[in-house]
Parts: sequence; structure tokens; C-alpha cells
Amino acid sequence: MIVAVASGKGGTGKTTVSINLAVALGSEVQLLDCDVEEPNVSLFLSGSLDSVEVVTTKVPEVDETLCDACGECGLFCRFHAIVSLETKPLVFPELCHACGGCSLVCPRQAIREVERRIGDIETTRCGEISVVRGQLDVGVAMSPPLIRAVKARSRKDALVIVDAPPGVSCPVIAAISGADYVILVTEPTPFGLNDLALAVAMVREIKLPFGVVINRVGIGDDRVHRFCQENDIPVLLELPDDRRVAEAYSKGIAAVKALPQYRKHFQHLLDTCLETIRGSGG
Amino acid sequence: MKIAFTTTGEKLDGALESRFGRAPRFLLYDLEKETFDLIDNQQALNAPRGAGIQAADTIVRSGAKVVVTGHCGPKAFQVLRAAGISVYHSDAATVAEALSEFRSGGLSLVESADVEGHWA
Repeated sequence: MIVAVASGKGGTGKTTVSINLAVALGSEVQLLDCDVEEPNVSLFLSGSLDSVEVVTTKVPEVDETLCDACGECGLFCRFHAIVSLETKPLVFPELCHACGGCSLVCPRQAIREVERRIGDIETTRCGEISVVRGQLDVGVAMSPPLIRAVKARSRKDALVIVDAPPGVSCPVIAAISGADYVILVTEPTPFGLNDLALAVAMVREIKLPFGVVINRVGIGDDRVHRFCQENDIPVLLELPDDRRVAEAYSKGIAAVKALPQYRKHFQHLLDTCLETIRGSGG
Repeated sequence: MKIAFTTTGEKLDGALESRFGRAPRFLLYDLEKETFDLIDNQQALNAPRGAGIQAADTIVRSGAKVVVTGHCGPKAFQVLRAAGISVYHSDAATVAEALSEFRSGGLSLVESADVEGHWA
């Protein structure tokens, strides 16, 4: 079973919610850090290293002795990752989406696909939590292939929690696709509301069941609450704006460890998600 | 010979756009006929990435042999160079001024990309 934690706006508390859910569960759980451009779960859950795997994608390589500069490859590629203008093709690996189309349309079989490293996946064991962390290499612009590689390591025999990247574009879609339930974390501010509305439109578009966690209640205004009410969106949990949570966070300590009274809130959140999944026959 | 100027306007007195890849359009000036055409760069403007490559592609297909612009990024420059197109830098306010600078030999040839790419 996969529960993904996402948000439109960054810094609303996705990692806080992900980590506290995992710690509060108290039994075997897998936590996937899919925020591969800036993974931070490991700051809170350090443990013994199980494995490090290199992740690659395929990019084209042109054999110039076979190429007759016909330009078919460049015409095919909508991302301009390969360009041929009456010249031998130029390849821009960082724009390549690894579809392999250029090698298929090449009439002279001058293009083959080669591996290009984009990042790695580190698996660590921290008590009952197995943390799988994707980390994109510096200079690599495209994260979805690495996010999909992290998700391919999802276990079937344990609860899987996905800490998604912020935003509503391809990396987020890659992170939350296939989830049984999505928790959208927001804050009660105009920025939080604006980006929550975008995130809600996104999860509705890809038809995933979801609910909202409002973090730092006490700041801002009541428009996020009203938005959820008016749109029949379940508010799963409200966390107060508590300085002690921030202090624990700044030391890399999960709230439920520093402040045991929070444990029941996260257990309740998890129960609500799991009940919804089971109720929908998922 | 045809010269492509990056511009936000639609005439010779239009402003010279300082960006190559994200220029709204190109003014393609024919030195022999002393006439010009406008080429839209909308496709590159709307591209999430690879705008410079798309714009360079448009230039190559237009038949221009020279580009006059403010700044050109690494990917666009690579494509233009591969296609044998010369890139000249100009700080002129308008296309007409840049054209007269070019005619008088007052523009410097760009030897390499002079701004960083946004994605690499």
C-alpha cells in the first residue's frame, strides 16, 4: 500500500508529515525520499547503509561514419535533444527523455543508445524504517527517471510512504503516480492556498483519492479551511504552529519523538488514510 | 546575404532584443535587396526547455548566414556554429542601428557562448 505525501507549495511540511507517519507506525515501513533534487529524509532518519545503486538513462550516440545528415532524428525529437540541420547531429543529453525514437527513425542505423548516469539510490535501515533515497547528480536537469527508479523499489509486503517533491509538474506526477492515497500538506496562508488549489486540480486530474493536512494552524487566515469545506475536501489533520516542533526539526528530530503527544495525531492520520484505501477496495 | 536580428518590434526602428533564444521574433534583412521579413519565434518562446536550440533551428531554416543579437547561450551557439552561421554581438537600441553598425564593420564576432544556459 502506497501513501504519497505531496504539496503544491514547498516548505509546508511534506517531510515532517512523511517522517512522523513512518515513526508513528511502529512497525515495518518503507519511506521513499522522492524529492531527489534535495532529499532530506536522511537528516532525520540515519541508519546503517544497505546499498548504493547507480541510476542511468539512455541517450543517443551517433556513429558519424554511418550518418548521412538526413535530419530525420532531429525532426523526430520534440525536445531538441538531437539536432541535425544538414549537418552531423548534435546531441544534448540533458534534454533527452530517453524515448529511443531517434535511433528507430534513423534510416542508416547510425544511432545507438548508451547509458548516462543521472544519480544514485541509497537504501538505509533505521530500526523498522527502510529509507530509500534518490539523489540526482549535480547538473542533471531531469528528475522523473530517477524518481521512477526509486519507486520501482517499492515493497509489496509493507506500507510505503512517498515523500514527494514540491510543485505540480512532472517530478510530482512521477512521485505520486500509482499511490493508493495522496496527502496534500498545506499551510493556512494565501501562498499555501494558491498552491493547494493547483495540487488539488492535479490529483483530481490523475484521479487519486486525497485529503489535506493543514500545518502551522494559527498563522495566516481561514481561507484554506473554507476552500476545503467548499470543495468537499477532507481535512485529515490540523497541526498547530508549535515552536517546539520547529526546534526539534532544526535538530533533525521527528516531532513524535521529541513530543510524544503528537504520536496519536499521526497514528490517527495514518488510520484515516488506510481506512479510506480499504473502503474504496484498494 | 540575409541577416537575422533579434527584435521585439516589427520594423527596422523596432528594439533589438538582447536575448537570442527567448526573442519574440527575428527580423530577417536581405542585404542585396534591402528588404526584410519577420519570422516568429513563438515556438521557442513557449518551449519549457531548449528554446535556444529551437530558435537556432528556425534561423538555420530561414537561410540567414549571420545573427545579430545581445546574448547567445551555449546550446544555441553550438547549433548555429555547426550550421556555419556567424553570430555578432550588438548593444544597439534598434535593429536599424545594429544594421548600420554591421555595415560599417563595427560589430564584433562572437567566438563562444557569452551567457550560461539555464538548465545545464
